[in-house]
Amino acid sequence: MIRASIVGGSGYTGGELIRLLSGHEQVEINQIASASRAGKPVHSVNPNLRKSVAVKFCSPEELTGCDVLFLCLPHGRAMNTIDHYMNLAPKIIDLGGDFRFLNAEDYERWYGMPHSRPELLEKFCYGIAELHRDRIAETDYVACAGCNATTLILGVLPVVRNFNVQSIVAEAKVGSSEGGSQSSDGSHHPLRRGAVRSYRPVGHRHTGEMVQELGLSRISFSATSIEMVRGVAVTAHLFLNGHVPQEKELWKAYRSQYAHEPFVRIVKERSGLHRLPEPKHLAGTNYCDVGFESDPDGGRVVVISALDNLMKGAAGQAVQNMNIMFGLPESSGLEFTGLFPV
Amino acid sequence: MTECPVCALEIEFAEDTIEGELIECDDCGTELEVISVDPDAVEEAPETDEDWGQ
Repeated sequence: MIRASIVGGSGYTGGELIRLLSGHEQVEINQIASASRAGKPVHSVNPNLRKSVAVKFCSPEELTGCDVLFLCLPHGRAMNTIDHYMNLAPKIIDLGGDFRFLNAEDYERWYGMPHSRPELLEKFCYGIAELHRDRIAETDYVACAGCNATTLILGVLPVVRNFNVQSIVAEAKVGSSEGGSQSSDGSHHPLRRGAVRSYRPVGHRHTGEMVQELGLSRISFSATSIEMVRGVAVTAHLFLNGHVPQEKELWKAYRSQYAHEPFVRIVKERSGLHRLPEPKHLAGTNYCDVGFESDPDGGRVVVISALDNLMKGAAGQAVQNMNIMFGLPESSGLEFTGLFPV
Repeated sequence: MTECPVCALEIEFAEDTIEGELIECDDCGTELEVISVDPDAVEEAPETDEDWGQ
């Protein structure tokens, strides 16, 4: 059995990770650390885990050795405590933003603070398995990707790799859980309910990951928070130099990229109710659904992609990476196919 | 063996497939009409026009 521990276990991402690991046949949850909830049972934060997870939260100082340590910490925290965690576990999976970039300059540009451990960035592998599966299998340190970045990257990847994309303009509709478990004035119910809040029209941090992983400099990304708890739906407009691929060419590119991927599904039907990706049906699953339309008159391809930000966008992605790192079947513990209707 | 005219999925007919039969593409869901079984060939099935009762 793999002994897994979690740091920062009382947030939404941590709670989802506990749920997944508690149902994983090859994993034993060793400890779950939370500075704010130490000593309290897990179900005091995550009521869905009552009677299924007996472990209580411990303080971060009480953490002992384990086989793999998941870090669910706000950005800026992990890089300042990473030495301690590296001494506790031979493998680390970071769900935060501190080790996603290849260089410290990009981190400072997007996070507005200098990176305190730039020499460690090369040790971490960016955690989208569909991009870096082979390296993830060999590394001890993985930095899981941002949820919006994962949604956009997986959506547009086949087009970027197979056609001459000049620029991307993308808009994400996101759920409130992306804002984390800490309340704020903006999350107050009378203000939040029904809101369509453009919270990051420019300068979203995940844009830096998209630029890095897709190798395109012109990516314009905006995010709008809507009346949804879980989920991301990205609509990306890909403007091409010259030839705009026809639908059949796009089908071949997507099929070639994703036919054998366990967690990426092409959703593109010509009729019916479920013609393109819809985050509602992905809640609790590790799937990223992708769809597309060709628009030759507009010189563009429109890509729609969706996932659950707490799953394929965070905890599910982390477990997928753990499975790869330990040589387990990639779908272990991630078989849930969602609820319908929900 | 033929391919879907919409998404290029390779389509293999069942042994008892006949001309005129309607099948659905597994990937894109397009309704296809079998126009030949020797050689295999399909085309998009004509959509049924809605009759608004005029």
